[in-house]
Amino acid sequence: MNVANYIAITFPSCSANEGFARAAAAAFAAQLDPTLEELGDIKTAVSEAVTNAIVHAYPDTIGKIALKAKILEGDVLELTVRDWGRGIADVEKAREPLFTTGGEERSGMGFTIMESFMDTLRVTSKEGQGTKVVMRRRIAKRGRR
Amino acid sequence: MDIRTKLEEQTLTIQLCGELDHHGAKGLMERMDALMERDLPRKTILDLEQLRFMDSSGIAVILRAKRRMEALGGNLVVVNIPKQAARVLDTAGLGRYVKLI
Repeated sequence: MNVANYIAITFPSCSANEGFARAAAAAFAAQLDPTLEELGDIKTAVSEAVTNAIVHAYPDTIGKIALKAKILEGDVLELTVRDWGRGIADVEKAREPLFTTGGEERSGMGFTIMESFMDTLRVTSKEGQGTKVVMRRRIAKRGRR
Repeated sequence: MDIRTKLEEQTLTIQLCGELDHHGAKGLMERMDALMERDLPRKTILDLEQLRFMDSSGIAVILRAKRRMEALGGNLVVVNIPKQAARVLDTAGLGRYVKLI
């Protein structure tokens, strides 16, 4: 698939960067002229993916997180959130609604929300090596809506 | 994240302003716990009108506030839910557990 445009950002896994990451993704996605609802969905999905990396990949340390956003042909936005942290032992279990190892301030709904708000979600992980979350969402052109 | 509060006839209103994510969730939970323990309300109204963004961290905040209110023998109501926050709460099916208006 041809890439029309992309950005790549890396940042440390400080929780203060959750807001920065979703704002950066939304600013990049704006060139596809999304609706407010689509922008809200994109921000929410990125917030969930980045928070997962901060809470689960690097629970006792600060590590590196990479956010990539691409515009693919057909007005498809692809978002990738990558970490090099602890990894997920059982990805299928982690994707189940309400499953969490994150303590009382987490709800276990992160992957469910990413899945519901985006068209596709792919999660690959290796224990001790990190996790990659790739999400895609097609942004319909206004005239076609 | 800022909050504004009002206590009237044993009803505590907590208005959330700004963006609610994991970064602010823990501090917000602690502030809300302290308010409920201080004021001992019969009812708490969580007003989301000024909330610009909420992710799944908000679900945990609301469920904790509901448990706290139940422990006090009172109840929790969530009002003025913006569209983006409503999408998150609907996806979690939170309406089955908490009164959302």
